[in-house]
Amino acid sequence: MSRASITKSHQKIQELAWEPTFVSPVEKFATDYTFEKAQKKDPLKQILRSYFPMEEEKDNRVFGAMDGAIRGNMFRQVQERWMEWQKLFLSIIPFPEISAARAMPLVINAVPNPEVHNGLAIQMIDEVRHSTIQMNLKRLYMNHYIDPAGFDNTLKAFQNNYAGTIGRQFGEGFITGDAVTAANVYLTIVAETAFTNVLFVAMPAEAAANGDYLLPTVFHSVQSDESRHISNGYSIILMALSDERNRQLLERDLRYAWWNNHAVVDAAIGTFIEYGTKDRRKDRESYAEMWRRWIYDDYYRSYLVPLEKYGLVIPHDLVEEAWNRIWNKGYVHEVAQFFATGWAANYWRIDGMDDTDFEWFEHKYPGWYDKYGKWWETYSALSKRNGHKPIMFEGDAANYEYPHRCWTCMVPCLIREDTVVDEVDGQVRTYCSETCHWTDAVAFRPEYEGRPTPAMGRLTGKREWESLYHGWDYADVIRDLGYLRDDGKTLTPQPHLNLDPKEMWTIDSVEGITMQSPNVLLNAMSPEEREAHIAKYKRGGPAGRPAPAEAVA
Amino acid sequence: MSTTTPEKVRSVPKPVFTDAEAGAREFPSSTSRNYNYFVPAKRRATLYEDVTVDVQPDPERHLSQGWLYGFANGVGGYPHDWTRLKSSNWHEFLDPNEEWEQTIYRNNANVVRQVQQTIANAKAAGSFLTENQSWLSVLERHVSALAHAEHGIGMYVYTACQRDAPTNMINNAIAVAAAHKLRFAQDLILYNLEVSEQVPGFDGSAHKTVWQSDPAWQPTRENVEQLTGTRDWAEAFFATAIVFEPLVGELFRSHLLMQVAAVHGDYVTPTVIGVGEADVARDQAGARRLFSLLANDPVHGAANRAVMEGWLATWVPRSIAAGRGLQPIWSQLSEKVVTFDESATRAKTRFTELLTEFGLTYDKEL
Repeated sequence: MSRASITKSHQKIQELAWEPTFVSPVEKFATDYTFEKAQKKDPLKQILRSYFPMEEEKDNRVFGAMDGAIRGNMFRQVQERWMEWQKLFLSIIPFPEISAARAMPLVINAVPNPEVHNGLAIQMIDEVRHSTIQMNLKRLYMNHYIDPAGFDNTLKAFQNNYAGTIGRQFGEGFITGDAVTAANVYLTIVAETAFTNVLFVAMPAEAAANGDYLLPTVFHSVQSDESRHISNGYSIILMALSDERNRQLLERDLRYAWWNNHAVVDAAIGTFIEYGTKDRRKDRESYAEMWRRWIYDDYYRSYLVPLEKYGLVIPHDLVEEAWNRIWNKGYVHEVAQFFATGWAANYWRIDGMDDTDFEWFEHKYPGWYDKYGKWWETYSALSKRNGHKPIMFEGDAANYEYPHRCWTCMVPCLIREDTVVDEVDGQVRTYCSETCHWTDAVAFRPEYEGRPTPAMGRLTGKREWESLYHGWDYADVIRDLGYLRDDGKTLTPQPHLNLDPKEMWTIDSVEGITMQSPNVLLNAMSPEEREAHIAKYKRGGPAGRPAPAEAVA
Repeated sequence: MSTTTPEKVRSVPKPVFTDAEAGAREFPSSTSRNYNYFVPAKRRATLYEDVTVDVQPDPERHLSQGWLYGFANGVGGYPHDWTRLKSSNWHEFLDPNEEWEQTIYRNNANVVRQVQQTIANAKAAGSFLTENQSWLSVLERHVSALAHAEHGIGMYVYTACQRDAPTNMINNAIAVAAAHKLRFAQDLILYNLEVSEQVPGFDGSAHKTVWQSDPAWQPTRENVEQLTGTRDWAEAFFATAIVFEPLVGELFRSHLLMQVAAVHGDYVTPTVIGVGEADVARDQAGARRLFSLLANDPVHGAANRAVMEGWLATWVPRSIAAGRGLQPIWSQLSEKVVTFDESATRAKTRFTELLTEFGLTYDKEL
């Protein structure tokens, strides 16, 4: 279709909307934002008769590549270290995608602009596409990769796992609470506009370097839909900015959404890219370098900062602090170490780091070895099945204090000195940062800075995973989770990549260990005990090291 | 003297033979190559089941920590009380069309090609210019007005409903129905644009006034607006797919336009309407499966049927009124190949057959 024809057609489909006079669409989802009718345009002029054939063509390319990968025996060249992390990533991502589809009516309901509605409805179809195409990619991995365990139980595992839950709140954040907070600011303005760059562009590039060219094929195809979604979100935020009453809410939501996205996405994708790769060329970008390019320069400086001209206060401090956490506080390294510490409760295998990895990390993150090298050497030593327990339960040998969980972002409080403790809603809770504390205690409340916010959502659920199993035998935890292979005794997770059955850990190796919840224990302490415990906890680290004995008061 | 420039070595990842393909080794679970967390409807899971089931979590299945965000009242996720219907197993519903991304784009792209090729052919043949004048008036005013109804259902009924149901299977089926309706509405309005560019005097904007104020369309517009104003997702889906479609949508599309267009020299409209009708049949198959399961639920069937009969009491009179409102259009045709009564009888027969499937009765006169 010619551009002139597209313009004319797009103009024509605007005639479809009308002003209801009998009954208005029901307001299913509340928002505290206010929107006046405004003539916001869809600059991408989305029309279904060009959309469907375009997507069909994109699909044909994806499925052609899938055929080619199988015929070309791609899996003879994929790195198991990489593929194992895909068991976690691909278990998570279809849910946020489908949640984005479900989120569209929230903003359609809230924003009185039919032209924008049209773009949002097309986004809904895109998101169904993304969710199912990703499930299908995972199905292909399950069928053709050497170790299908962890793909075969993918969605059950995602929904009952301590790491899956971190990703799950990401998707739930799109569909629940204040309609505009959830479906516009959190989903589109931050998640899609900022973080799909590292999710769907940076990470697939790393996949290709590890012999997997299907992830880039599928995810670049997905990413090519995102520009339309970004355009949808931008139209809405401009409409919101035209009403002064929204400014306070937008500033609140940008702080929440930015920080939560950083905490969740950087934790996961940073780990996959830095610890899932075998590509240790010194000139390949580290996650920190990618973040600087994709998030800091492309998003923060090119997209977010220009919104200041509309009088919006941008959370510069939180952007800088996110960078500070990644670059100076070792956020990604701490998270990767935590995943590896808890390997026995995973549904994927984690390869240890070796000298080549150490050299690369030291080159990219000077000082890395002193903080993390020793622990990874211990991890590799304890990965052998020779009568000892998993590293998490090896006390002094591991030199790692199991962390408290952040009540808000659900990533543990790994940067120990930043931990915040507060009694909220009658429960002592831990938070990884001041901003996560603010999110729970201040932002997700029915009043904000003296202003009623009756539509704002709530943090709910059993947010500390460990409390589900407090006092259980660890073997029973694994059985309950279903992370056993088809012989009924070999664990799905392994702390190494060796598939020799004699070297694989079995359920008996975790029998007799009692699982404990840090939050349950914290709440059971007296105030004095708690204060002393937290003071010591905050003196701990890096790399999860308990505070030295002499520092204990 | 000659100088040599050292050859620049490109930095690229090196392929490594890893032998990580299926079957390279035997070990526990090395042959476990099926999603094992749901029971497929048949012996082997279909591709559709694999890419759809359990993507939307459910605290009653695997979601051990419950929903992590709530609305202001603390309720999160997909509350079952967003409809009055109850199910002893919401996950039993599988879309009979097995829609997933590939089917969505293949089917809709085919429709787009079919419609565009037909219109292009008609333009090349100049066939719009030879159509019967009274028919062109119907096309200008009423066929185009239908686009609003389809758009309203797609955007503000189905798109809204696909947020609400307790499973991914139901919500995806409704999302696909939304896509169909939205595309069909655009098909109709862009068809209007094509004709207005071909036929002198064809008022391409007349449909707006007709939809907004022509007495023939006001009961239909009222019915559609009432559908958009319904909070209960299953009620909105039921009142649209089971009540409105046979009594209003099909009445006008199948039992009028598809019957009369050709005799007025128009072979394009049956193609455009026909693909929309095929979409409706496809989406209705999903609705029939869903409401049959709910009407025959071993625990809640009787209560569900009572709720549905209550919905019939509310919605059937609205859709009957909407259908009757359209009656004058039958009189505006020069070639009267079908009467309103004949069309209405067919529509009512279809509707009654549908109710029989669910074991429902509507005891008032249709």
